[in-house]
Amino acid sequence: MMEDTATRAQASWFQATARQRIDGLLDPGSFTEFLGPAERVQSPHLALFDLPAAFDDGVVIGRGTLDGKGVLLAAQEGQFMGGTFGEVSGAKIVGLLRAARDAAGGGNGKDDLPRAVLLLLDSGGVRLQEANAGELAVAEVMRAVVEARSNGVAVVALVGGKSGAFGGAGLTAATCSRIVVSEEGRIGVSGPEVIETNKGVEEFDAANKALVWSVVGGKNRRLIGGADAFAADTMSGFREAAIAVLGKVPPFDLKTLKAEQARLAGRHSKLGGCDDAVGMWKVLGIKNPPAVRDMDEDAFTGIADRLKEANHDAR
Amino acid sequence: MDTNQHGVPATAWRKEKDARGERLEAGGKFARGKMVKPGDATALLEAIIRPGDRLCMEGDNQKQADFLAGALAQADPKTVHDLHIVQSGIVLPEHLDLFEKGIATKLDYSYSGTQGGAVARALNSGKVQLGAIHTYIELFARYFVDLTPHVALTVARAADREGNLYMGPNTEDSPAVVEATAFKQGIVVAQVNEVVDKLPRVDVPGDRIDFVVQSPKPFYVEPLFTRDPAQVTETMILTAMMAIKGIYAEYGVKRLNHGIGFNTAAIELLLPTYADKLGLKGSICTHWALNPHPTLIPAIESGWVEQIHSFGSEVGMDEYMRARPDIYFNGRDGSMGSNRMYCQVAGLYATDLFIGSTLQIDLQGNSSTITQDRIAGFGGAPNMGCDAHGRRHPSDPWLKAGREASDGHPALVRGRKLVVQIIETFSEKMVPTFVEKLDSLNLAEKLKLELAPVMIYGDDVTHIVSEDGIANLLLCRTAEEREQAIRGIAGFTEVGRGRDRKMVERLRERKVIRRPEDLGINPLDVHRSMLAAQSVKDLMRWSGNLYDPPAKFRNW
Amino acid sequence: METLKIKHTAKSRLAGKKDQAIIGVVASGNLEVLLERVLPDTRCEVDIATTAEGFDDTWKAVVADFVERRSPGGLRISINDGGARPDTVYLRLMQGAALMEAE
Repeated sequence: MMEDTATRAQASWFQATARQRIDGLLDPGSFTEFLGPAERVQSPHLALFDLPAAFDDGVVIGRGTLDGKGVLLAAQEGQFMGGTFGEVSGAKIVGLLRAARDAAGGGNGKDDLPRAVLLLLDSGGVRLQEANAGELAVAEVMRAVVEARSNGVAVVALVGGKSGAFGGAGLTAATCSRIVVSEEGRIGVSGPEVIETNKGVEEFDAANKALVWSVVGGKNRRLIGGADAFAADTMSGFREAAIAVLGKVPPFDLKTLKAEQARLAGRHSKLGGCDDAVGMWKVLGIKNPPAVRDMDEDAFTGIADRLKEANHDAR
Repeated sequence: MDTNQHGVPATAWRKEKDARGERLEAGGKFARGKMVKPGDATALLEAIIRPGDRLCMEGDNQKQADFLAGALAQADPKTVHDLHIVQSGIVLPEHLDLFEKGIATKLDYSYSGTQGGAVARALNSGKVQLGAIHTYIELFARYFVDLTPHVALTVARAADREGNLYMGPNTEDSPAVVEATAFKQGIVVAQVNEVVDKLPRVDVPGDRIDFVVQSPKPFYVEPLFTRDPAQVTETMILTAMMAIKGIYAEYGVKRLNHGIGFNTAAIELLLPTYADKLGLKGSICTHWALNPHPTLIPAIESGWVEQIHSFGSEVGMDEYMRARPDIYFNGRDGSMGSNRMYCQVAGLYATDLFIGSTLQIDLQGNSSTITQDRIAGFGGAPNMGCDAHGRRHPSDPWLKAGREASDGHPALVRGRKLVVQIIETFSEKMVPTFVEKLDSLNLAEKLKLELAPVMIYGDDVTHIVSEDGIANLLLCRTAEEREQAIRGIAGFTEVGRGRDRKMVERLRERKVIRRPEDLGINPLDVHRSMLAAQSVKDLMRWSGNLYDPPAKFRNW
Repeated sequence: METLKIKHTAKSRLAGKKDQAIIGVVASGNLEVLLERVLPDTRCEVDIATTAEGFDDTWKAVVADFVERRSPGGLRISINDGGARPDTVYLRLMQGAALMEAE
């Protein structure tokens, strides 16, 4: 067999499945899955819509090690139903976060659980077929993230999948301690099509892929402080970025929250008048802003890491 | 009267020349020197074209003289009518408008691409009298024998005041079209993007150009050869691995042409990874007759490729090719120069392998890209995808194929070109690729075509690769063996399920059929991470950002 | 949705020690295949849930070919299918068998 770790480490995160991402992210062989596919904990609702279920309902949860340190992990499968939050898939994430919270808080949880949770988000938001359960799941996930953080758990979102992090996944990302994004990663609440439908094509042309990516894509999110680290679109890229941010997670306290409020208010007053991403990059003082688009990871990281807006102690 | 010794008057030898003088004079009313304003283009064409003329509007599967085509479609059918269109491509709606309006009535062409459905409807309605559907060089050849244009409308990036033309990498058909027309006393009109004082280089000399029109918009070029690596499926990767291991390595294929499909793009993307690990670098895929495929960039950058001659160009590849003069054929100005006629001849005679995909293949190995109500034409594939009977120079792959075909006991040693069809047993929509009867035969009956359009004839095909296996037709000794070899790799299509299982097993023992496991391909290696580039952006990065992908392929 | 159960007698037990593997995802034109080593050595059962209706014969042919070529004795194979082509199904089965054989 031509197993080649170098090739696999360079495999695209964007195009990979949730399970391939876990394999590429964690230390080899370290992953233990909770509620694996053989347990067949799957959606009870999809059959009503004549839709196929997935054995894991599109979310893989478990624990493993990253650079030798323990982590808990939930990975959404963006290719299954757009990675959406359903009753079961949402509950799996909530359960994982609550277990981390309880363990860290010294409550009734197992205290041998790691104090770090990685959320590999790849989701368009709520699963429409499970609307109410899905909405509730998103609310519960966000609450569980905040509770875990307040008990001292680091919760890091990794965004770089085909479905991006929209709707509930975009909201969830915003509650995390740190966000890692790749150029291919997109973060937002309303998707481009939703904005175009509600506000008109002159507000946002969802068919203009380059425009959409430049606004909601990872480079812009990183430059305006919407993400804290930029990863190459590879397994090793996300692995390196995740290791780096886990080492500098801010405490979840009043000071951080006030700093976050100040950061967002400052960003709004500085960039609120811009029409597009290139306009924002110009205001941020980036030389030759159009060149950002085709820039490779090293050159881009060089710019992003020097920018005040992109580097802060808030969130 | 001035006559020769047989009593033929001297004027009889110069009727065409005299007619040319009259046309030039009529057209000259709309020109200053050779320059014609775009607003006068239709009037110019009405002045220089005569009813019944053979006319070529340049354009193939790449660049298009689109402005002049539009101007001709505006002509008054009372003045300009019954034209005989002799051109590579019927690809713009304006081309068919000519027939709709009666400006043109007869057609000899080669390729119709996206207008394939409209061409079939026009044939059906009787508004088009079809001469024949040609391959590219076949039509070019006829320009010099019996289909010489009276008027040609060519297209260039720039002209100078003398009418010298610069095409840059999109040289394509122009030299052949212009020479045939100009040297036989025809009129040549050029559409150009700009008029400059000094051209970077001269692709067509100005004394062959009679009129120049600066188009309000740059001419249209279709990025036909850009295949997004993100669309390459695992099945395509599997078939590509099989082709590399079971054919390229087996025969030591160095000189070749690839079709434009995703299956062959997958091969290009596996050269720096999979083929490299097999130790094949330098022993395969060094010399190419090939358009500037962006998917070949990783192989070029990894030092696999020695040289590439191209039929035409590809949108976004200009600067990359300029920066790789050892690989491409670049002019003194530094930009690449293509030539469809030369490259087609190169593909016919100087390559040892052609590989392409198709939509349908029958039990004899005949293939067609025609389905139901579309006539896409041929383009150049049949000239690559055939054994060149005029070939006389030997090469190892050619001789090995020849020996296989003659059962190892040839009375006379003769080689064979490797003609490979690489396909998936089903298309995206679960339509089987293997069929008992080609749709093109039905279409030919319906449209009363004298010749059923077959892309590659079965007797030229040496190998068929599907995800189910490779069938080596060179090793088949009877018609029955050949049919079972094809059924034996037709997967779960009806044709495949109709196989004689015992005979197929015997063919497998004789290596007429080889399955992925026979080639030692591990199914777990069939993985997208094997591709040297997994997206168009990766290709751009491989090129050091010299490749500038067209907007429709950018999602960043 | 259509469900299908196919039972086969296999020549021999599939090599390897892994007791479980999953490959593929449920998406348009794709499928997930769950393999579990839970049956007697010469038995193989395949449970299929598919969105594409009316392809029973094709499924049976694909599974029969797989059993003949790989002899997956001892496996219960469960499939959630999003309308994959037979070649994709076959490839996933081959990949699943290769995963089960891995150490």
